[in-house]
Formats: sequence, C-alpha cells, structure tokens
Amino acid sequence: MIDGAPPVSPAAPTDWNTPAMQARIRRRYRSEKIFRAMGALAVFVAAAFLVILLFTIVATGWNSFRQTEILVPVTFDAVALGVTAEQVHADPEALANANYPAVINQSVARTYGAGVTLVSDGAWLQIREMIEDDPGLIGQTRDLWLITTSNLDQLAKGAIDLDISEDDRPVSDAEVALWQKLDNDGRLRTGLNHNFLTGADSVDPELAGIWGALKGSLLTMLVTLLLSFPIGIMTAIYLEEFAPRNVWTDMIEVSINNLAAVPSIIFGLLGLAVFLNTMGMPRSAPLVGGLTLALMTLPVIVIASRSAIKAVPPSVRDAALGIGASRVQVVFHHVLPLAMPGMLTGTILGMARALGETAPLLMIGMRAFMTSVPQGLTAPATVLPVQVFIWSDNVARGFVEKTSGAIIVLLVLLLAINGLAIYFRDRLEVRW
Amino acid sequence: MISTGTMLLIAIPLGVLAWMIGRGRARQVSAASGERLHSLPSQHGAFVAVAALTPAVLLVVFWMIFGDSLIAREVLANIPADSRPATELDRSSFLSEVEGLVSGTYARAFSPLAEQGARDWVVIEQRYSMLVGSAALALALLGGLWGWTRIRPSFRARTRVENIVMLVLIVASLVAILTTFGIVASLIFESMRFFSKVSPIEFLFGTHWAPESGTYGSGSFGAVPLFWGTVFIGAIIAMIVAIPLGLMTAIYLTQYAAPSFRGIAKPVLEVLAGVPTVVYGFFAALVVAPAVRDFAISIGIPNASSESALAAGLVMGIMIIPFISSMADDALAAVPGAMRDGSYAMGATRSETIRRVLIPAALPGIVGGVLLAVSRAIGETMIVVMAAGLAARLTANPFDSVTTVTVQIVGLLTGDQEFDSAKTQSAFALGLVLFLVTLALNVYALAIVKKYREAYD
Repeated sequence: MIDGAPPVSPAAPTDWNTPAMQARIRRRYRSEKIFRAMGALAVFVAAAFLVILLFTIVATGWNSFRQTEILVPVTFDAVALGVTAEQVHADPEALANANYPAVINQSVARTYGAGVTLVSDGAWLQIREMIEDDPGLIGQTRDLWLITTSNLDQLAKGAIDLDISEDDRPVSDAEVALWQKLDNDGRLRTGLNHNFLTGADSVDPELAGIWGALKGSLLTMLVTLLLSFPIGIMTAIYLEEFAPRNVWTDMIEVSINNLAAVPSIIFGLLGLAVFLNTMGMPRSAPLVGGLTLALMTLPVIVIASRSAIKAVPPSVRDAALGIGASRVQVVFHHVLPLAMPGMLTGTILGMARALGETAPLLMIGMRAFMTSVPQGLTAPATVLPVQVFIWSDNVARGFVEKTSGAIIVLLVLLLAINGLAIYFRDRLEVRW
Repeated sequence: MISTGTMLLIAIPLGVLAWMIGRGRARQVSAASGERLHSLPSQHGAFVAVAALTPAVLLVVFWMIFGDSLIAREVLANIPADSRPATELDRSSFLSEVEGLVSGTYARAFSPLAEQGARDWVVIEQRYSMLVGSAALALALLGGLWGWTRIRPSFRARTRVENIVMLVLIVASLVAILTTFGIVASLIFESMRFFSKVSPIEFLFGTHWAPESGTYGSGSFGAVPLFWGTVFIGAIIAMIVAIPLGLMTAIYLTQYAAPSFRGIAKPVLEVLAGVPTVVYGFFAALVVAPAVRDFAISIGIPNASSESALAAGLVMGIMIIPFISSMADDALAAVPGAMRDGSYAMGATRSETIRRVLIPAALPGIVGGVLLAVSRAIGETMIVVMAAGLAARLTANPFDSVTTVTVQIVGLLTGDQEFDSAKTQSAFALGLVLFLVTLALNVYALAIVKKYREAYD
C-alpha cells in the first residue's frame, strides 16, 4: 500500500499520465534516490574514517623511524673521562667508572658554547662502546654524529608548528633560532632511527625503542599459541566426533559460547585473581599474559575448528570406518588432516585478536616501565598494544610520534598475520 | 644443573626412542611366534612410549609446581634460628630477595642474610634437580620396561592407547568449563569480600563514587554514575552512530552495490573490525576529542572537557559499525526471496521494498544483532580508558566527561597494589556486574536471533 494513492475505481484502469500520478511517481523515485544516496554515504563515512585514521597514524608515525643527529667533534679527554689510556691498558675494568657524559658535555660546550642543551641525555652510550672497543681513542678527537635532544629532533622533522605563539608550543624562540642556525650550517642530519628499532622503553622520547615491546608480544603470543592451539583443537575434536549427548557436553558447549562473548577485561580479572594472587605467578610476565590470552582465544579456536571439522563430509568417515579403521584412527588419519587448514585459519585469526588485546594485560601488570628487552617468559615485559597505551599517556611531545610508530609496527604485524590467514584460506582449504 | 624445561625437552627424544623400541619388539614377537598381532606394531610402540613417559613427566611437572616452596623451606631452615625472619611478611620479602638474586634480577643483595640464602638456594636447587632428574629417568626406564614386557601378539595395545587419547581429549575440553568456573568463582569470591564491607544496596543504588577517598561504608561506593556513564557512551551515543551507519552500510552493500564495489567495501569493513581498540583509543584522544572540544566551544558550551562522552562514544560507534553491518547482513539474507519478489511484483521500488518488507521481516534478527553490539560496547575498555576520563558524574551533557565501569576497573587495579582494600575489591564487584549484564544481553540476543531464524527456515 503506497501512501497518498488516490482512490481508483476498479472499472477504469489507472491513468498514469495524469499530472497527479506523474508527480507521485517522481516523488517515489526521488525518495528512492535519497535512500540509495544515504546507503552510499554510510559506506563512505566508514571508509573515510578508516582513511583518516590510517593517514593520521602514518603521517605522525613515520617520523619515529627517523632520528636527527648533530655533528660534534668529540675529544676523548682523559681528564674529563677520569681514566687514562695507560690505566685502561693495565686494567680494562678501569672503564667501569669512566665519566662519559662529562666528555660529551665538554665537547659540546667547546664547539657550540656552554649553557645549551643539544645532545640527548643518552648520547654518551654511543661513545662508551667506541672506547670499550678501542681504549687507544682516549686523548684523541673524532667527528661524531650524536643523537640530539627530543625538541631539536622534533624541530628538524618539522613536527612542531612554528606559526603558533611561543607560549603554546613546547620549544622557545631561542631554541628555534638555534635550530635554524645549526641547520643552515649543515650541522644536523636525519637518518634511520636505530634506537627505535632495537631498543626498549625510555623516559627520553629520542631514546625510546619498540623492540622490547615487540619481543614481549612475540613471547606472549608464543605461550598463547602453544596452549590454545592444542587445547582448542582437542576440545573441538572431542565435541564434534566423540562427545555423547549429555549434561557435561552441554555444559562445555554453553561455556565455550559464553566465553566467546565475555568482555576481555573480565579475563584480565581472572588472570589477576587466579594466576597472580592465588598461584603466585610473577607479575608483568609474558607467561601469565600468554596464559590469560590463551583462555580468551580458546573459544575462538574451538568454534572455528568445529566448523572446519563439520565441513569434512561424512563419506570420508564412512569409507575409513568401512575398511576397518577405529574411530580414533578415522579422526586422526583422515578428518584432522582435511580440517587442518580451516583450523589453522581460525587459530591465526584468534592470534591476531590476542595480539591487539590490551585491557586484560593491563590487569596483570604488563604496564611495567621496561627499559630493557625482556629475556625470558618470566621476566617482566610489556607488549605492543600496552606500549602504545603507555606512550599515549606520556605528555612529552616526542612520544606522540613514538605512539604512532608503535601503532604502525602493530598494524604491519597484524596485516602480515591476516595475510597468512587469507593464504591458508584460499590455497589450502579444501572445498567440498 | 638441569632445569625442568630441559627435563621436559629430554622427554621428547626419550619418547621417540621408547616408541621405536616397542615397535621393533612387537615385530620381533610376531615374527618369532608366527602369530598375527592384534594391534599394529606402531600402536605397541605408542603404548610403550606412554608407559615410559607418563610417570616421569608427572614427577617433573609436580616438581615444577612445588619445587620452589620445597627449596624455600630448606633455605629458611638453614638460617640460624635467632636471625630467621619471624613473620610471614618478612619471610616472603626475604624469599623474594633471594629469588631475585638467584635469577639475576638484583645485581647485589641488600642484606647479607639474603646473599647467604641465595648461595644456599643454588646448592639446594642443584642437589634436588639432580635427584628429581635421575628419579624421572629411573621412572621412565621402569615404565618403559613394564610396557615392553606387556608386548605379545594378543595384547590390545590399540584399545589402551585410544583410551588414553580419549582421556586427553576429555581433559582438554574441560578447560573451557574450568575457565568459566574460574571467572565466576574469582568474581564472586572477591565481590563477597567487598560486600562484607560495603552494602550491595549502596553499591547498586548509591550515586556518589569516590573510592580514592578510602573511607569505607560512608557512601563513597555508589556505582550508579558508572552504570550511567557506561550506558550513555556504549548504549546511547555509540548506538546512535553505529545503528544507522551499520544498517545502511549493510543495506547498500547487499541490495544496491555492484559486486566490484562490494569487493572493495567489504575488506574496508573487515579492516575496521580488525584494528586493535587501543588504536581507536589513541585516535579518539589525539584527533576526535580535541575536535569535539573545539566544536563545543565554538557553539558556546562553557567548560567543555577534552575528555568528553561524545568523543569516546563516536569512536566506539565507528568501531561497532562492521559488527552491526554483518549482523544486519545475515538477518536480511535470511528473509525469504519470495517476500521481496512479491513486493517488486506489486510495483514497489527498491527502497520501498527494503523499508516496508525486508526490514520489518528482518527486525528480530537486527534487534538481536544490536543487543550483541551493545554488549560488546559496554565491555569495551581501551577507547573509554583513553578518551572518556575518570570523573564519576551523572550528566546527560555529551560534551561533559563521564566514566564507565571498565575505566574504573582499570583505574582501581593498575595503581599501587594493596589487594585487601575495599578499593581493589570494588573492581571485582564492578566486574561481576559487567559479566552478568553482558551475559544476560548475549543469552537474550542469541535467543531472539535463533527463534527468528527458525521462523523462516
């Protein structure tokens, strides 16, 4: 029934050429067009949001892979260092108490004048390694590219808007003038940021790195995979192939379906109450993080594996049973290999979800501030998404690009994992 | 020194060896007696391997779990009685220092006692792990030998091995029940301790939330502002964004779009669904929240907060779009084609068919999908933690800052850890409420969806 239709007598056919009818058809076609445009608009809004999101992340984040360095003629002065070359020759341990920052400060002050902060607080780490490799350098002078302060780094990368007033931006006019002078003199260069790719977290944005969190993520995922994959497919096999119809089986099924919908933070509460407080496992450890995420991923893997097993046609089972295989043999020799690609796809997608998960890991203390790369499954660690969260909380200007940089690393990893899942789905999965 | 991990790794080649020996023995027995074996040689091998490894691995796992406390007891016993830490608290701090020294987390000891303890620890651990290692090896040999003697043509090795496989499968499937039980038990246990300090009535109906003030029972644990904030962001603002956009996306992609366009738009939605929530949270805090604040100021709203309910709700709504879209997609696809064809035959346009036939027919499925989306939105944590703020406020102003249940759980449990205070226990009470509400929403929504699917089947 269409609104506004004039009463028509059954005898006379509708005259579609009357002005009233023509107007009505035009109106209906117009509303059709509007409705269609609204649909297209909805798709466009979703896509536009994604584009803006990715653009913002990439635009702010790519700078975190670059680093500004300043040319400093460093004199390895024995007095400033507090150790002479002879002492080191006699006893290499003498370097343990060497005052590297004094060497840097002295060299910077000699070239650029006292009272300006140009190099990072961590720049002395660069010369420590040089002197440890070759103590003969003591007393000599070398032209070195040292890591600059975060403010100088941000200026050189153009990340600071110079048009706004001095009070509203993190750098003073004096610093801007200094940067322009250094830049004009060719004293600055911007290159690949090794610290970011190989280091761990730091209080200084110019020294902070992502490798610590990335390794933490990999260790956590390893634990998750080793636990949830075998347990998940065994549960799926039991439920699909062997489980009798009884109360226990129903309970297992209801549990799995409910666990799949429980908010992830609840798993964090479980990990905190059971793994940390009851079992006394170490806080912040990839082992506990992996355990918690394994419980969260388990239902995803079970559900995907069950549908993969269901997709194997019964004729395969019947044929194997018919030539005398036992039920266990049927499952492990025939059904499992055929269902494996589907199970792997489900597992990989579950892993991708676990990799991006933050909230449950906050609950079990993986928010730790870690300045070293984690060395084992029980050592304190953080993971990529939590690192994103920690850095996004930091007020220092330099951490904005680091946060986006960490997100880029996370997204690239997720893209690779999903690519793998698509490969399994398209190439290996058998269609019946 | 052998670590427990190494012991478990050694078990793998040992098992393979036992399997090969058992298989060889079965062939030999069959050839010697001329009888046909009941089970395949490899099944006899598997039986021997299981017989060899099960007791040994159980011993090592037992050692993994209880070893440290055994060593700790001996280390404490070694200390002269007069300087031994007296209270439980002293003992645990002493032991954690010793363990830190042994694992190399601490470079040097704070107390000489701990240094001595660490030295003792290493010696005792070495002695015990040698003992456990050789005992495990002996058990493996004995078990393997027992299995080896059982091999004869009539022995039903296959049945035995398959029973063990079934047992392992059943144990694995119990993990899901244990997890559910663990969640319910830990939430209820901690909540009970909380409710012994604060009355449930106050918690559920009180309107003043200030757990930081630390004064118990004086009206600082009223969670209504939290419930309101959760509903306001997750069920109102986010749904105002997500329902029209998600529904229209599903309609456009299933009813109008050309296959080539669908091929581009579907992956976009999948990417939108796959972006980690912490990334949405960062985007909300970095871009959306300042934009919302500037907008609020420009239309003359005083003291607009940079952590607004609107910013968090908007971004959460976008995050939910793919979810609603795919649920609506399923619901629309389940409507019988005859209903649509009938509508076209009557002369209705596409949009008239969609609005007056398809959507009413698919409504139960769509409502079920929306309820599932609400359950996801109220359990979502990172977006609200990063963009919604901590102020527990009863306000309907979307430009104001509100807080949610999940934000408070994170806030209460990530600070300093004093586990027995009402403050930290209140987080578990909030978790219990969240768990029950999402559970109820899911059960109800799935029932609707199921009933509706059956209606058209």
